[in-house]
Amino acid sequence: MTGEGRWTSQQRNRAQRLERASNALGGALKGKVVEAAHIVELLHAVLEPGDRVCLEGNNQKQADFLGKALTRVDTARVHDLHMLLSVLSLPEHLDVFDKGIASKLDFSFSGPQAGRLAKLAQAGKLDIGAIHTYLELFARYFIDLTPRVALVAAEMADREGNLYTGPNTEDTPAIAEATAFKSGIVIAQVNQIVDKLPRVDIPGDWVGYVVQSPTPYYIEPLFTRDPAQISEIQVLMAMMAIKGIYAEYEIERLNHGIGFDTAAIELLLPTYAAELGLKGKIARHWALNPHPALIPAIEAGFVESVHSFGSELGMENYIRARPDVFFVGPDGSMRSNRAFSQAAGHYACDMFIGSTLQIDLQGNSSTATLGRIAGFGGAPNMGADARGRRHPSKAWLKAGQQAREGKNTIPRGQKLVVQMVETFREHMAPAFVEKLDAWQLAEQANMAIPPVMIYGDDVTHILTEEGIANLLLCRSSEEREQAIRGVAGYTPVGMGRDKHMVENLRERGIIQRAEDLGIDKRMATRDLLAAKNMKGLVRASGGLYEPPKRFRNW
Amino acid sequence: METLQFRFENGTRTLSGMAQLVGVVGSGNLEVMIEPAPSSGACEIDVHTATVGFGATWGAVMQDFHDRWRLVDARISINDNGATPAVVSLRLDQAVETLTGGAP
Repeated sequence: MTGEGRWTSQQRNRAQRLERASNALGGALKGKVVEAAHIVELLHAVLEPGDRVCLEGNNQKQADFLGKALTRVDTARVHDLHMLLSVLSLPEHLDVFDKGIASKLDFSFSGPQAGRLAKLAQAGKLDIGAIHTYLELFARYFIDLTPRVALVAAEMADREGNLYTGPNTEDTPAIAEATAFKSGIVIAQVNQIVDKLPRVDIPGDWVGYVVQSPTPYYIEPLFTRDPAQISEIQVLMAMMAIKGIYAEYEIERLNHGIGFDTAAIELLLPTYAAELGLKGKIARHWALNPHPALIPAIEAGFVESVHSFGSELGMENYIRARPDVFFVGPDGSMRSNRAFSQAAGHYACDMFIGSTLQIDLQGNSSTATLGRIAGFGGAPNMGADARGRRHPSKAWLKAGQQAREGKNTIPRGQKLVVQMVETFREHMAPAFVEKLDAWQLAEQANMAIPPVMIYGDDVTHILTEEGIANLLLCRSSEEREQAIRGVAGYTPVGMGRDKHMVENLRERGIIQRAEDLGIDKRMATRDLLAAKNMKGLVRASGGLYEPPKRFRNW
Repeated sequence: METLQFRFENGTRTLSGMAQLVGVVGSGNLEVMIEPAPSSGACEIDVHTATVGFGATWGAVMQDFHDRWRLVDARISINDNGATPAVVSLRLDQAVETLTGGAP
């Protein structure tokens, strides 16, 4: 091709697709608004075989109507799609591979579909490009995995295609921007089409089509943890975390993983941490979804700011009433943004603390288990030292200094990455293992490397009910291994410890037991939780928090 | 259900006061009963466990407990209700701390 045509093939191709759609849909298309009953015709018109298609859905909101529509296309017309998904959570996300509509997959996380994904991969139904972190997948949308068509979800649209995503903005800006500015087509399912939006989250000229879904998009209350289920072991571990790590390093900026271990810490801030005089000194700024368990700490004045990856069902009115803490728009509702919050968690937080399923003797940590290809979502970006970081803070400098003491290296800081686990999970499954299941999984699924969530060289502390192992202070791989064995309890890994060496590590403060931290175990009861059940959270919020039905047990 | 019995000699610390019961089985949590047993000359521990095949693990948990506290003339009954060693150790320590008034 010669002349300007050589440089505009994507734009011309886009125009052809739009023209096909307007011919096929006729009166079912009014401006950008498509009738729901004609959604499959739209997909037939705008999709081409081999397209890279991004289907929005994280572990919170889902473009479920568009995802279902995609499973209904005719494989004679649409096939071999290359699917890009943050999270595979709905059956439809895999049905497209089963039916031969799509053949290649790049993704981040597949929690509920992990078992079926492994089976489909083994049966040769799909080719997995790679498992990414969220930020890494978004990054590739702008480099070599730019979508031709993006199927996204929003709360409302107007007739010009402007979108209101409300509190659950999540991944939409990253997906829409990558698609729209590279001559791709963005199709949005919305709960409602209105004349005037509360605010504009995605400008209409990025959006090709909007369709009002017959039912509101599906959303999962993923970050709600009922305090009634927090155990006394978790209270004890939370006490050790607060006294041995938060206070020790004066951690002001942080991210918490999902789960009961960290929910216990959140609920101990207004009680135990306040008694220790830590208010205003720790846990001030957060990259965090709006965890209901954080309400008592917010009300107690511990928390100054929270930026969120997504929202959480039931927290809308509470957030609206606390705009000094949360990021809200002029309409009063929250604005989340997964890409920005992931970047914030990576670069602007001094600590990540979260749970895992397995830790090996080098401190490598993984939630991958046999027969399930699960991925890790955001955890690897939160739980990794930010090597590009340059701005100092007390916590970052202290961690860096501990890691480098006695070594002839230039001073730099380090992020604190804490893995918090009970030594045994349910059914006496040990959390500490000689070899991660990830190795076997990599072999089964023909992966280039074992799927590790957090690499041992990024992990700075391991916290169990037995105490804290400070890996920053270890000076050899042998010390590191014994420090890990030394908090591994009665698991085979823990029983295999060299008792003499572990006692030596304890004398040097590399291993700290609860009693070494001056913690009275008699205090480790549920009485220490600032809210003991869901009703307690509602009460703490002054009635503003409205838990989803399944969490209402009164 | 399996019942494991342990007996540790050479203790030095006697318990005073009433028997101490901590934890409730009905709540999906374990139950620990700890009581003075005058002139038994040892610390005797019975573990009723729901998980068969962890005798060596419980042996290690109880040995460590005895090394920490060195109780004598004491009887302890544990109904583990599937609890992990972490929970059992915490409950035992809490019960003994309450009976003796502090950490070991």
